Parts: sequence; C-alpha cells; structure tokens
Amino acid sequence: MLTRRFSLSQTAIGAIVLLFSLACLFPFIMVISGSLSTENDIVNYGYALIPRHVTLSSYKILLLGSSRIVDAYIISILVTVIGTALSIIVNGMGGYVMARRSFKYRNVLSIYVIITMLFSGGLVPWYIICVRYLDLKDTLWAMILPPLANAFNMFLIRNFMMAIPEDLYESAKMDGASEYRIFFRLIAPLSVPVLATVGLFVALGYWNDWFLGLMFIDKQELQPLQLLLRTLVSNVEFLKSSSNAAAMQQISATIPSESIKMALTVITIGPIIFLYPFVQRYFVKGLMVGAVKG
Amino acid sequence: MKRRNGLVRDLVQNHQLLVMFLPVATLLFLFCYLPLSGLIIPFKNFDFQKGIFGSDWMHPLFNNFDYLLSSDAAFRAVRNTILLNVLFIAVGLIFEVGFALMLNELRNKYFKRVTQSLTFLPFFISWIVVGVFTYNLLNYETGAVNRFLEWIGAGPVDFYSEAGLWPLILTIAIRWKVTGYGTIIYLAALTSIDNSYYEAASIDGASRWQQIRYISLPMLRPTVVILTLLAIGRIMNADFGMFYAMVGDATLLFPTTDVIDTLVYRSLRQSGDIGMASAAGFLQSVVAFVLVLSSNYAARRIDRDSAIF
Repeated sequence: MLTRRFSLSQTAIGAIVLLFSLACLFPFIMVISGSLSTENDIVNYGYALIPRHVTLSSYKILLLGSSRIVDAYIISILVTVIGTALSIIVNGMGGYVMARRSFKYRNVLSIYVIITMLFSGGLVPWYIICVRYLDLKDTLWAMILPPLANAFNMFLIRNFMMAIPEDLYESAKMDGASEYRIFFRLIAPLSVPVLATVGLFVALGYWNDWFLGLMFIDKQELQPLQLLLRTLVSNVEFLKSSSNAAAMQQISATIPSESIKMALTVITIGPIIFLYPFVQRYFVKGLMVGAVKG
Repeated sequence: MKRRNGLVRDLVQNHQLLVMFLPVATLLFLFCYLPLSGLIIPFKNFDFQKGIFGSDWMHPLFNNFDYLLSSDAAFRAVRNTILLNVLFIAVGLIFEVGFALMLNELRNKYFKRVTQSLTFLPFFISWIVVGVFTYNLLNYETGAVNRFLEWIGAGPVDFYSEAGLWPLILTIAIRWKVTGYGTIIYLAALTSIDNSYYEAASIDGASRWQQIRYISLPMLRPTVVILTLLAIGRIMNADFGMFYAMVGDATLLFPTTDVIDTLVYRSLRQSGDIGMASAAGFLQSVVAFVLVLSSNYAARRIDRDSAIF
C-alpha cells in the first residue's frame, strides 16, 4: 500500500486541489498587498502579490480623513448584532412552537410559514409595502426587520427540536413549567448547536448585506459598510465631499484612489477573516449533519 | 355556540405558545403576506400617494404587460436570466461533484483539511468584495490579468466593455465563491457511503476509477438530482447581489448580463417606472411559483425527505 500513496493520480489530484485552493486565496493576498502599496507602485506596476513599498497611508486616510467609514462600521456592527440576536429569539420561538407535538395548531402555523416559501409578491410590492406602509425608509430597522423571520431557518430549528424526546417536554409540563420556561430554560440550551449554526449564518448574512441598504437607505450616515465600499469602488469623489476639510487639504491633491479601495475592502472583510477559523468548523459540521440526516 | 366556546377555550389554553409565535406571525404577515396584495399593482396606474388599493385601475387593464412584452429589454432580461442560470447550474454541478470526488480521494488528512478550508473562505465575503476583486483583476490600467497579457505579448483587453466575455467571467466568479461551500453536501454524501462497498470492489480488482464510476457516482445520484431540481425551481430568480455588485451600471455589458432582477431594480429605483417593474416582477413571481412547485414535486417523487415540503 505504501507505493499507492505516491501514485500518479494522487499527485495529480493533489496538484489540482492545491491550485484551486491557492486561486481562492490569491485575491485576498492581492487586496491586502494593494492596500499596503503606495499609489505610485500600483499605477506604475499594477497590483502585485508583495508590495514594493509598504505604507499605511491609505488606512490613515480612511480612518482619520473621513468619519463616514467609522459611522458605516458602527451601523454594520449594530445591524449585525441586533439582527442576529433578534433572529435567534424569534426564529427559535417559532421553531419551538412548530415542534410541540401536543400543540393543536402547529400544523396550521407550519402551513402559514411554508406558504411564504412558495409565493412571493416580488420586489416591487415588497418595496412599496416597506416604504409606503411600514415607513422603513432611512431607518436602521429597514436593514434588520425584513429578513428577520425566515421559514428555512425556522424549519431547521424545528427539525432539531423535534428530535428531542417528547418525554422531556411532558415532564417539564407536569412539573408546572410554563411554555416560556420550557423554551428558555430547557429546550433552547439543548438546541445550542442548531441555534448557533443558524445564528452564524444569519450574522454572516447581516454583515454582508447591502441590498437592504441599497433599497432603503439614502441618508449617508446610515449607510452600512458594504454599501460604502460599493460607492467607493464606483467613485472616490465622496471622500473629498465628506471628509474633514483640514486633514484633507494636504492630501486632496493626491488621493490614492486605488490603494484606498483596497484598504476599505480589507476593513470590510476584516472581522470575517478573524472569525473564520472558528466559524468554518461549525458551518461544515452543521451542513454535514443536515446533509446526512436522510 | 358550543363549537365557538371550544375554540375560545383552545386559544386560551394554548395562549403561551400562540404568544411565542406572535413575532413570527407578525413579521411574515408584514413582509411576505402584505406584499402579496401588491400583485395587483401591475394592473393599476400606481400612484404613491394613493397607495396600492387607492390607485386607479389601468386602462386598458393589461397595458403594463403590453408595454413590457413589446420591450426588447424585457425579452433580453428573460433570455439572459434563463441562459445564465442554466450555465451556472451545469458548470456548478460538474465542479462541485468533481471537487468533492477529488477531495475524497486525497489520503493526506492535513492537506485535505487545509485545502478545504481555503476553498471555503470566499463563501464568507460579500459579492461587493468579490466585485472589488474582479475589478482588481480585470480593470484596464492596473488589472493583474491585463498586466499578464501585456507580459506575454498580447494586448490588454477592456473587460468592462466586452459583453461577450461576461457569462464566462460570472461563471468563474461564482465557482470561485461557492465551490467550497457547494462541495460540502456532496462530500458528506460521499463520506457516508459504507466503506465495505469499496473494499469488496477492490478485492474484485476494481481500479479507483471503476470504483468512482460504479460506486461513488451512483450513490451521489439522488443528492445530485434533488439539488439540481431545486436549483431549477429558482431559475427565474437571478442572484441580484452578484449581478449588481459585479456589473452594476456598466451599460455596455447589459446585452449579456441584464437579468430580470436587475431590470426590475432599475425600473423601480432609477427610472421610477413602477408599471414596467411591477409587470416584470408579476410574471417572475408567477413563473417562479410554478417552477418551485413542480421541481419540489419532482424532488419529492425521488426522495421524500429531500423536498422542502
């Protein structure tokens, strides 16, 4: 068997897999390198994997030159934290109610949830309801509420909770525990794996979301980070218009547009890269469990 | 009267659970059920002040649809949506199954884990960031690809005005972003195959290739069929995030990249043409509904557990 380990097909497959995974890493390195490069190097030599001259000036400009970056960062963090917390509670309770076998109306409620996966009014009615009737335009809630109750996540949670032995619910009930108590004290702690998986997915969704911001946020100070990045990529002019004049005076002549874009990109993906090693394990496990259940 | 009492008693008895369901019920009502009433918007001459029900009916009733169906842009968007999605699904299937098979063949556990982690990484970033990466690689002056083309002696290509190249570019971008993620389910299916099949096969003298062909692939078949069917159910819905972040307002690329979702978005938010946008959205919702139902029905026929409902 020893000879097999060095067989040709093993090497070829290993090489292909390695190449693809390097290709996945490559753009990240290029962006980091670009953010640390001087503007001259980028203009003259293009993007490189290793910066010729390392400088932190674009990060300085981003963080000191304009308050909009800091504002956007705070908005993104707020939306992610509030959205994720609410989402776990709301969908957790929804899943719990649908998981209670002894509950008479659980099938009716399940159908109520399933229907939302089938029919959709489409973008236009949804937008009009949110803006004209719910008055969400230019509010923080516009980026939190619309995706909050999610049928798919609720069913994931429900399926997990239905695997918990029914006796547990029954005996808690016999001991006189209220439904709230059973959920928060008993079932939720037992459901940490699924709640954590859903929570991570939701958090990632909120952090990376910019569609809701694009639809509902016109006010500059409410723009999330991703949207700001998008704006910046299409034009660097906003820095000139929004930044604190004194600090900008000196640099406005030579705004390093390319490296600034890269620096903001790094800032945007920063927290995710930081969380990644921890989060990835959870995701893979969660997905694997979901896939093999059948 | 007695029945009524029974119902009231039921509701009182279960009030705790009903209260717990209340947030979900309210949110779904506001963001999913209320918009359904908006499906009448394309039949109305929508006036923002008068609202959905207050607006006057369209005269003639199907005017918005006539306008939509006679527009070249709408035809182009429908065609692009379907063709691009078919391309994405087909290429995705080959890549994800192929990559899962390759990972499954690797014997070095450490190498396997590291490479799998690396390929999963792009899943965590937003399409906006992918858009920046793409721009980084493809832009005319400083893009890495153009630098490379110059270096090997070919002229630079202005990718952001070459519509013909974008189906390819978008396909590559999707594969780059989600292959690692999409592979996981296939890999899970592969690792759950009982090892004794392979042992028996190798005793009978089957090569690794034969084992893949006659054991791994048939075992993957149900997963492949179901995931593909469900993807077909979503064929009318393009990934707006991807298109908007990658293509944005690059009008020159619209011949191959404008899809229903981006068309609706532009009509709604930029040109303010609610009539056109709502008619396009209406058709999209109806077709999507039929597709979701039928693909789910088909998936259910194959494997009861795999269907969503």
